[in-house]
Amino acid sequence: MPGDAGGRHAGGPGGLNPPASVTDPPAIELRGISKSFGPVRANDEVSFSVPKGTIHGIIGENGAGKSTLMSILYGFYRADQGEILVHGRPTALPDSLSAIRAGIGMVFQHFKLVQNFTVLENVILGAEDGPLLGRSLRRARDSLTALAREYGLEVDPDALVEDLSVGHQQRVEILKALWRNADILILDEPTGVLTPPEANHLFRILKGLRDQGKTILLITHKLREIMEATDTVSVMRRGRLVGTLRTATTSPARLAELMVGRKVLLETVKAPARPGPILLSAENLTLQDEHGVERLKSVSLTLRAGEILGIAGVAGNGQSELLSILGGMTRPGEKVSGRLTLKGRDLPLSGRGADGKSRRQAGIGHVPEDRQNAGLILDFTAWENTALGYDDDPAWARGFLTDNQAIRDDTARKMQTWDIRPPIHTLAAKSFSGGNQQKLVIAREFEQDPDILLIGQPTRGVDIGAIEFIHKQIIALRDQGKAILLVSVELDEIMSLSDRIAVMFDGRIMGERDPATTSEGDIGCLMAGIAPARIPEQTPPGPTAEAP
Amino acid sequence: MQPLPKWADLVLVPLISLTLAAFVTALVILSIGESPWFALTTMVQGALMTASGWGHTLFYTTSFIFTGLAVTVGFHAGLFNIGGEGQAQLGGLGVALACLCIPWPHWTLALFGASLAAAAFGAAWIAIPAWLQAKRGSHIVITTIMFNYIAASLLMFMLVDVLRPMGAQDPSSARFPAELALPRFNQIPGLDLLFPRSVPANVTLFLALAAALVIWLLLWHSRTGYRIRALGKSEGAARYAGIGPVKTTMTALLISGALAGLMSVNNVMGDAGRLLGNSAAGAGFIGIAVALMGRNHPLGVVLAAFLFGFIFQGGSELGFMTAIPIEMRVVIQGLVILFTGALDMMVRMGLERVFARLPRRPSKAKAA
Amino acid sequence: MDYASVLQLLDSTVRLSTPLLLACLAGLWSERAGIFDIGLEGKMLAAAMTSAAVAALVAAMPDRGALGILAPVIWGLLAGILASLAFSMLHGVASITFRGNQLISGFALNFIAAGLTSLAAQSIFGQGGRTPQLAGDARFSPVTLPFTDTLRNVPGIGPFYAEVLSGHAGLVYLAFAIVPLTWWLMYRTRYGLRLRAVGENPAAVDTAGVSVIRLRYSALIITGILCGLAGAYMSTALQAGFGRDMTAGRGYIALAALIFAKWRPVAALWACLLFGFFQALALRPDIVTAIVQTRVPGPILDALPYILTVLVLAGFIGKATPPRAGGEPYVKER
Repeated sequence: MPGDAGGRHAGGPGGLNPPASVTDPPAIELRGISKSFGPVRANDEVSFSVPKGTIHGIIGENGAGKSTLMSILYGFYRADQGEILVHGRPTALPDSLSAIRAGIGMVFQHFKLVQNFTVLENVILGAEDGPLLGRSLRRARDSLTALAREYGLEVDPDALVEDLSVGHQQRVEILKALWRNADILILDEPTGVLTPPEANHLFRILKGLRDQGKTILLITHKLREIMEATDTVSVMRRGRLVGTLRTATTSPARLAELMVGRKVLLETVKAPARPGPILLSAENLTLQDEHGVERLKSVSLTLRAGEILGIAGVAGNGQSELLSILGGMTRPGEKVSGRLTLKGRDLPLSGRGADGKSRRQAGIGHVPEDRQNAGLILDFTAWENTALGYDDDPAWARGFLTDNQAIRDDTARKMQTWDIRPPIHTLAAKSFSGGNQQKLVIAREFEQDPDILLIGQPTRGVDIGAIEFIHKQIIALRDQGKAILLVSVELDEIMSLSDRIAVMFDGRIMGERDPATTSEGDIGCLMAGIAPARIPEQTPPGPTAEAP
Repeated sequence: MQPLPKWADLVLVPLISLTLAAFVTALVILSIGESPWFALTTMVQGALMTASGWGHTLFYTTSFIFTGLAVTVGFHAGLFNIGGEGQAQLGGLGVALACLCIPWPHWTLALFGASLAAAAFGAAWIAIPAWLQAKRGSHIVITTIMFNYIAASLLMFMLVDVLRPMGAQDPSSARFPAELALPRFNQIPGLDLLFPRSVPANVTLFLALAAALVIWLLLWHSRTGYRIRALGKSEGAARYAGIGPVKTTMTALLISGALAGLMSVNNVMGDAGRLLGNSAAGAGFIGIAVALMGRNHPLGVVLAAFLFGFIFQGGSELGFMTAIPIEMRVVIQGLVILFTGALDMMVRMGLERVFARLPRRPSKAKAA
Repeated sequence: MDYASVLQLLDSTVRLSTPLLLACLAGLWSERAGIFDIGLEGKMLAAAMTSAAVAALVAAMPDRGALGILAPVIWGLLAGILASLAFSMLHGVASITFRGNQLISGFALNFIAAGLTSLAAQSIFGQGGRTPQLAGDARFSPVTLPFTDTLRNVPGIGPFYAEVLSGHAGLVYLAFAIVPLTWWLMYRTRYGLRLRAVGENPAAVDTAGVSVIRLRYSALIITGILCGLAGAYMSTALQAGFGRDMTAGRGYIALAALIFAKWRPVAALWACLLFGFFQALALRPDIVTAIVQTRVPGPILDALPYILTVLVLAGFIGKATPPRAGGEPYVKER
């Protein structure tokens, strides 16, 4: 009972002091779990165990098999081989219901909440006390109050979920698991959508839960979180478990090495930048979304020829909105204000002339953050994707019609120069690997020879080999005198590529740093919204004059 | 699971769906105590073995090409225009007004003018649902259903209260001037050798085939078509590429409505010579089956339209020649839509399983 | 216009609203569970034909034997429900199990129903796609509510009670009783909570360990039953037998009413009464002429429900937000 959590240290013997006493069987033990999808081995002989009352991290790159493993634990997939023991008992988990019955609760990366239900309704859904709702709702209200006191899981029980912030929605997910008496809690990339303060709050909640005897599995690809929140950590790489370590005795560098399987390349080789004239300048850009929430708050920046301006920040702090304004991708309901000039000429911010095509014609290329839903049309062939955004290129026109052969030839040539495999331009975009898909986009945008290039998350879901290639190309482009705006949530990427770094938090630019003189810690502070007391030698990002 | 080879997806899937529909049809015929074989031979005899049968089959084919293309263009934009029936009826109104109000000197000019009117009226009838879809996100399926009923009411009103000649009993317009009648196949030099007696098939068939060619060029060889298909596949990518969703949605749907409207040239001007109640006679709905069956490709649409022309003509032959009621063709039509449209996945999943087994044999053979 | 005409008008409003209401509630259950159903029309038609046919066949039996325990009209009703259920389950197979396009499936089933019903009626009875006229216990007879005679002489209320409220078939009262029942099930029970959730976010239900497929099928069963009632009412209560395409678009009007009511049960009642009122008006052009002082063409009245629905869809009369997961087949993601 969640209500019991408020009682005197509920749980079995030794539930209080982490790690649990040695006599307890592990809360979760996996033995030789394997799972294949067609020819792909998503999990290969994975074995580890998690002691009761600890926080165990599972870390690995995208596609390392973490999510598959958790889906097996939550009964979404059935393992091809292997055994799962819950509290020492072999347990079959053919569906989510049996996982819930075994005391496993899951907080998904994408919340599974009903938006127009209240918090209470969401909490009891699927675990009601009886055929009528009244009793469940009353009991849930009581236990929510208790849990709120106990763990700092405050949330208004009668609020509609759609009115809650992301952080509060996540609390509802945790409450759901606790209402179902979960004593093993799995969190899949829980901080991806949280601001740093929210993330810290979450970690405090998790530690509180652990101290009450709950066992927590934290899946993430962020080293910082592992170091901060976990007791032990397992590292996954390409479907295999490559090591389980005590967090206290390891280091981020060691974990990173395990994750990628070799020493991570730390620095990308690049010559010092030779910035030219200012090409693009933005003043007081502000964006209000359909619901009237300000996503971007008076952002000003300048971009010079021959430099890479890196935008660092936790996902969801306005970077996407900034790209969408610059790249002409704002939605009809969004309100944009401010001023944008390209080589001294004003660019419209909304309405006619503020769409992606006009931006391209003005000389702004764009490698979008979301390759699968924006940068490519997955059902289109590679050659059709070559024309995306350039469909009225006069070189490809033949009277009223398009010269498809010219586009095909051009694509074939691009596939050659950019080493896109397989080099078959009639193949649908969805048939290419993540890295090759990204190369298709990059080839298209880079070769249009834009003056300015917007690049969002260039290496998300891209394999290591392609990452190096893409990084080299970005630098080569800079050396040709292009102005590059790079948005990435990977701080390493920002640090190694940028000539200047602007850090975004809560829709604002918190500050600007020179990568040569700053530290990750300093940038991290800015990313968390903590403005340093000292005033560093920085130029204000833009004119501070008030907009009329 | 491996994806299906392209040829299987394009040819095998619809063929199997069609076979399943035919199989269920046979069961229905058996259950009312008739012979499916006899029914099939009757249909073939009535639709394809005589000049008159061909004349009717091709007449229906012409209408179905237009409505099938209408649905196809909508589908490529990711929109299901279920309102072809209403747009076709409005197109008929356009044809009637063009033929009755303007003194055309020759049928060729009248054909041109009536086609323009039909297309314009059809497009106008989808304009409101299209605008609501593009601007306000009102679901096009529901609004076009509503507009089908509104169209039926409007047509009834026009025929009873406005267009009906003084003293006439039935709700229909006056006859169009005789010199505007479109040449039927029995009146076209060359073709008249094949069609000795009067048939409803007329020159509009060539207009329909031309429309299929134009739509093919539009969809795969023009910028407009590229934009329509891009928007239909991915809204996000369309926004990224600067493809205006409102303009593109409107363009696609207006073309769709115009095509549905054009159908009326065939039956109102080419056959009836006046506007009758319920002139579209369900062809707008059959367009959905045709588009699904034709895999949303103009060539497929032409072939599927011919198939449905055959079913339609053969079906009415069933009504005349056997104890099987003419409604059988409505059942067949429903079954084809069900199997090709809604149970598509069932066929595909079955095929994928078969194909997953097949390739092993050659590889084993290689290994050996 | 005199009081008697008003009462007549309201009386036929109640009569004509009933099939709309039953079909509308049927659509409500299905769409709230995330399954679009434009096949209400077809299911009504199937039920209308089957109930009339079975009622006629049973009534015509010289010796009913064991069937004698129920009146022919009840056998008809049960058969009608079964027929509608069969179509509903077919829709389920296509749209839930095989994740097909729900709109296309519903649309196809409408055609199959339209064709099969005339086909079957024709081959069973050979009367041009109609069933024989039903009479006696092959039809629902009017139920006279208590105190009708006592109240009849009370001015105003008495005639209203006797003419408008009393004297309808039992199915009419059943239909109106299903409205609060639906509301209660939807908003006060576990089943309703889960059902509404599955129409909004099936993943939430799935991860809570509840079967999305079973819930959706269960909703379709309710839809099938309610459409069965609607169809049976058409042919064995409102009319005395089945005629070709006798539902005449009522399934679509019910759909329109559902949107008009923004997928809420009580609002659905008002929407159906309104649309039923329009239908009643279209039957009495003399009354309309008397009110507006000019002749209003019948087709305009026929089109009113559709025009109103378009206005609702356009967002001019409030905003209609359909269940969020509506129309989307549920595919488990990882």
